Amino acid sequence: MELYPRQYLYLRTVRAKLFIDENFGSNIDLNKIADEACFSKFHFARLFRSIYGSTPHQYLTHVRIERSKEYLADGQTVAFVCYKVGFDSLSSFTGLFKRRTGLTPRQYQIDRLNFKEAVAEKPLHHIPGCFAEKKGWKSK
Amino acid sequence: MITKMNHLSIFVLDQESAFDFYVNKLGFKVNTDAEMGPGKRWLTVNPPDQPDLEITLMLIDDGMMFDKDSSAKMRELVKAGTFGFGVFQCDDLKATYEELKAKGVEFSKPPTEEFYGYEALFKDDSGNWFSLGQKK
Repeated sequence: MELYPRQYLYLRTVRAKLFIDENFGSNIDLNKIADEACFSKFHFARLFRSIYGSTPHQYLTHVRIERSKEYLADGQTVAFVCYKVGFDSLSSFTGLFKRRTGLTPRQYQIDRLNFKEAVAEKPLHHIPGCFAEKKGWKSK
Repeated sequence: MITKMNHLSIFVLDQESAFDFYVNKLGFKVNTDAEMGPGKRWLTVNPPDQPDLEITLMLIDDGMMFDKDSSAKMRELVKAGTFGFGVFQCDDLKATYEELKAKGVEFSKPPTEEFYGYEALFKDDSGNWFSLGQKK
C-alpha cells in the first residue's frame, strides 16, 4: 500500500490543524483556511474529518474548550477565559462548556482548584506509596 | 486478578523539559504536579484519551532511588537511547507523524507498513524511544 497517496493534501490539512491549535483564541475564519490550503470548503472539511474524526469547526470548538479548562484550572476568571479562548459571548461559552463537561466553567474551576489545593496540602495522598518510599518522601 | 495498569514511569533527564515535550508537543494532559521539596517534583501526565493512566515523568537524580553512581549510569543509558518504554497509538499515523515533526519531535523511523499495521519510532527529549502505531 502506498503510504502517501495524497501527501500534499495531508500536509495542508495537518498545517490547518496546527494553525487552529495555535490560533484558537483568534477569530479564525475556517473558509479562509480552506482557501489558503487550496481546497474547496467541502473537500477540506471531508479530509479533515477523515483524519481527525471531526470537522474543522468541531475541532476548533474542542480545542477552545480544552484550553479553557487549563486557564480555569490556573484560576483565571470565567469571563477572561471565555474571551481568551475565542468565544464571543459568556452565555454561549458557559452553555457549550456545560454540555461538553457536565459542569459550568465555575464548577469545573472549583473542582480543579480544590484538587490542586489537596495535592499541595497532602501530596503523599496522590503518590503511590512505593514511589514515595523509594524517593525518600514518605518519612518527611 | 489484575485488571489494568494505572501508573507507569518514564525516566527523564529534566522534568521541565519533559513537561514541555509531553504536554506541549505530544498533547498529553497534566494529571498531578506536586512540589516535593527543593528540586523535587512528582509529575504525572495522561495520554489525551486515557485519563486513568498516569505516566510519571520521573527525574533521574541522586537519592534513595538511585545512588550517585547508578544515577550517572542511568542518565547515560537514557541519553544513549537504550530504553523503549512503550507503544502509543493514534488514529492516523501519517497526519500525526507530520504534526509531531512540525513541532520538532525527532523520528528515527518514518511511518512504515508492518504486518500488524503502521509504525513509526520517535524519541522524547531525554532519549527514550517509543513506537507510534496505527492499527490496520
